[in-house]
Amino acid sequence: MRAIAALSGGVDSAVAAARLVDAGHDVTGVHLALARSSSSGGRERGCCTLDDARDARRVADLLGIPFYVWDLSERFEADVIADFVEEYAAGRTPNPCLRCNERIKFSAVLDRALALDFDLVATGHYARLVHAVGGVELHRAIAAAQDQSYVLGVLTATQLAHAAFPLGDATKEQVRDDAQRRGLAVARKPDSTDLCFVGDGDTRAFLGSRIGRVSGDVVDAVTGDVVGSHTGVHGFTIGQRRGLDLRRPAADGEARYVVEVDVRTSTVLVGPAALLDVDEVVGIRPTWTGAPLGDRSVDVTAQLRAHGEPIEARAWMEREELVVSLRRPVRGLAAGQAVVLYDGTRVVGSATVERTSRRVAA
Amino acid sequence: MTARAYLDHAATTPMVPAARAAWIEQSERVGNPSSLHASGRRARRVVEEARESVASQLGVRPSAVVFTGGGTEADNLAVKGLFWAAGEAAGARRVLVSAVEHHAVLDPAQWLADAQGAALTLLPVDGLGRVDLDVLAHELTGPPVAVCSVMWANNEVGTVQPVHEIATLCRSAGVPFHTDAVQALGHVPLDLDGIDAATLSGHKIGGPVGVGALVVDPRRDVTPVLHGGGQEREIRSGTLDVAGIAAFAAAVEHAVRGQAERSAHLLGLRRALERGILAAVPDAVLNGDPGERPDRRLPGNVHVSFPGCEGDLLLMLLDAAGVDCSTGSACTAGIPEPSHVLLAMGASLAAARSSLRFTLGETSTVADVDAVVAAIPAAVDRARRAGTVSLRTV
Repeated sequence: MRAIAALSGGVDSAVAAARLVDAGHDVTGVHLALARSSSSGGRERGCCTLDDARDARRVADLLGIPFYVWDLSERFEADVIADFVEEYAAGRTPNPCLRCNERIKFSAVLDRALALDFDLVATGHYARLVHAVGGVELHRAIAAAQDQSYVLGVLTATQLAHAAFPLGDATKEQVRDDAQRRGLAVARKPDSTDLCFVGDGDTRAFLGSRIGRVSGDVVDAVTGDVVGSHTGVHGFTIGQRRGLDLRRPAADGEARYVVEVDVRTSTVLVGPAALLDVDEVVGIRPTWTGAPLGDRSVDVTAQLRAHGEPIEARAWMEREELVVSLRRPVRGLAAGQAVVLYDGTRVVGSATVERTSRRVAA
Repeated sequence: MTARAYLDHAATTPMVPAARAAWIEQSERVGNPSSLHASGRRARRVVEEARESVASQLGVRPSAVVFTGGGTEADNLAVKGLFWAAGEAAGARRVLVSAVEHHAVLDPAQWLADAQGAALTLLPVDGLGRVDLDVLAHELTGPPVAVCSVMWANNEVGTVQPVHEIATLCRSAGVPFHTDAVQALGHVPLDLDGIDAATLSGHKIGGPVGVGALVVDPRRDVTPVLHGGGQEREIRSGTLDVAGIAAFAAAVEHAVRGQAERSAHLLGLRRALERGILAAVPDAVLNGDPGERPDRRLPGNVHVSFPGCEGDLLLMLLDAAGVDCSTGSACTAGIPEPSHVLLAMGASLAAARSSLRFTLGETSTVADVDAVVAAIPAAVDRARRAGTVSLRTV
C-alpha cells in the first residue's frame, strides 16, 4: 500500500516509518510544519523547529524514502490553536493533541493523502489497530505505560480505516533500541513534553498574549470570602493547586484547589479537595470508532486524562449528550477535556466534557 | 533510479566536460597561489590565466575579476561592500534594489537597513517582473544613493531587466550599479560595458559549486566583507581555490562561446514545453514576459500557474513521476513560502502558491519535455483534488 508516514523528527515516528518500509509498503515521509510565529517571518517556528525538520529529513534519507514538508500552519492555527485559545477563554481546559489528531493528522493530512492516491497515514502513536469482522478496531497499546489510544479516541471508523500505528505492540525501550539498531540518529532524542506550539513552554503567558489579561478575584467557594486576586482566568484549570498565590490560609488549614472558573465575572473559586470529586460526566460532540452508543446504558471503562487510569462506568446517550456514570468519583475534571470510553482494550468513542456533577454530596 | 527529466537548471546545472577536466587536472597538483616557491607560482599562473580568460570572455579587464566562493558571496560583497565604501566616501545611506531580487541581494540589503542604518527602497516591478524606470529615475533624484542593485535576469520567472538603461540612469546620478547576472550568463548576451559590478556563479553555467566572481570596475572602492590575507585585490580574502577557479573559467568560456546556439536550442524546447502544458491543462497560466527576445526573457525558463493546485503538491507528484522541477527558490527547511517575486508582480497569494518553474539547460532534450507533458495531466488532476480538500474548512 502507499503510505504517508508523518515524520515529526522524533524517535517514535521514525521507527513507525521504518516498520512500514520493512512491511513492504510504498512509503513517503512528510514533516508537518504546523505552528510558526508570524512575527519572525516564518523563519523560526515554535513547534517542529528547523532541527526537527532536519532530523525528519535524515530519517527519510536513511530509510530511502521521499521526503517533503507540508505547510499546514494555517489549518493548525484555525483548527487547533484558535480552538485552544477560545476554550481557555471560555474557562475550559481543552486537549490540543486530540484536536490535532482529529482535525490535522487524520483530516487535513489524510484527506490530502487520499486525494493524492495514498492509502494510509501512519504516525508513531502507541496504539493498536485490529482488523475485525465488523471493521477496524482501535485498541490500547500493549505497553500500558506508552498507551496513546486516549489521544486517538476522537477518530472515526472512516479515519481509522486509513490509519496505521506500527508501534502498538512495542515499548518505548524497544523502539529506542530498534532506532539504534537501524542507525537512526534520533534514537536517544528526548521525548517532547510541552505543547508543540508554545515555544518556551509557558502556556499561561502564551494564553495571556492571545486572550489578554482580565484580572479578577480569587474567592473561597465555601465562605464566599475574597482570598486573592489573579491576572486572567485562563491561567487556571479545575483541580489546580499551585500558583494560586492566596493571601489567607483556609480556616481548616487544608490545601485549596481551583473548583470553578467563572469567565463572565472573571472569578476563580477555590475550595477543599472534596468539592472536586465528581462521578457523573456529561459529554458533548460524541465520536465513535464503530457502532454508536444508544440510550441503553452499557458497561465501559472511562479514561478522563491522557495518562489517567481507567475507571469503571456505565454510559449511555441522552438526546445528543453522552452520560458517563462513574463507579467511583474522580478529582478535578475540567470541562473541555475528553472522556474516552473503552470496552476492555477497545476504544468505543469519545466526547468533550461539558459538565460534571456529584450524585451524592460528599 | 531510472533516468529523470531534470528541468531545474536554474537551481544548478550538470558540470560541463571542460570544467570537470580542468578541475581534475588542478586537483592533482599542490600549490597555494600566494606561496613564493615554484609550486605556488605554478598555481598562481593557473589562477591568473583563468582570470584573463574570464575577462576576455566578458570583455573586461582582468583586474576587474574578483574570484569569490560563489554567487551569494559576490552579491553580499557588492551590496555591502559598495554601501560601506560609498558611506565612507560620500555619506550616502540609501540602497535601491528591485523587489524581485534573489535573497542573496535582498537579504544583505535588508540587513543593511536593519543593522547598519541604511534606508532601503524596493523598486517596484510591473506585471511581467520588470523594474519601473520612471520610479528608479525619481528615486535617484532623492538623497544620495550608496548602491543600486537590479538583477540581469530573474531566477524564478526569467524576466530580463533593462540593465543598460538602469546602468545609464545610475551613472548619470553617480550611483554605483550592481547586477546579479548569475542566471543570465550563457543564456543571453552579456555586455558588461557601463556596469560597475556584476555577479557570476560557477554552478549555474556547468562549473562547480562554491566558486564565482564579482566583476567589479577596478576604479570602484569596495569595502571587504571577508577580512584576512587580502588575496583578491584586498577586497576578498581566503586561499584561492585553484581547481575551482580553473573549472569556473572553463565553464565561463563554454557558456559565452556557445550562448547563441544554446539559446536557440532552449527557445525551441521552451516553445514545445509551453505548448504541451497549455494543451494538457488549458487553464494553465504562463507567467513572466511572453516574449522571446533575449533582452526580454531567458530562453530556458517556463513558469506556470496551475489554478486550483498547490505548487508543492504538484512538485511532489511530478517528482514521483520522474520530473525534477521547482516551485521557486528553495528554502532550507523545504517549507514552501509564497514567492516574493510573483507577489511583487501583483499575483494573488493563491496564484503564487499554484506555480511551478521548469528551467531548461543545454543538455535538455525533447524527451525531457515529453516526460513533463506526459506527467502533467494526472498530476494536475490529483493536485486539484488534494488542493480542494486541504483548503476546505472542517
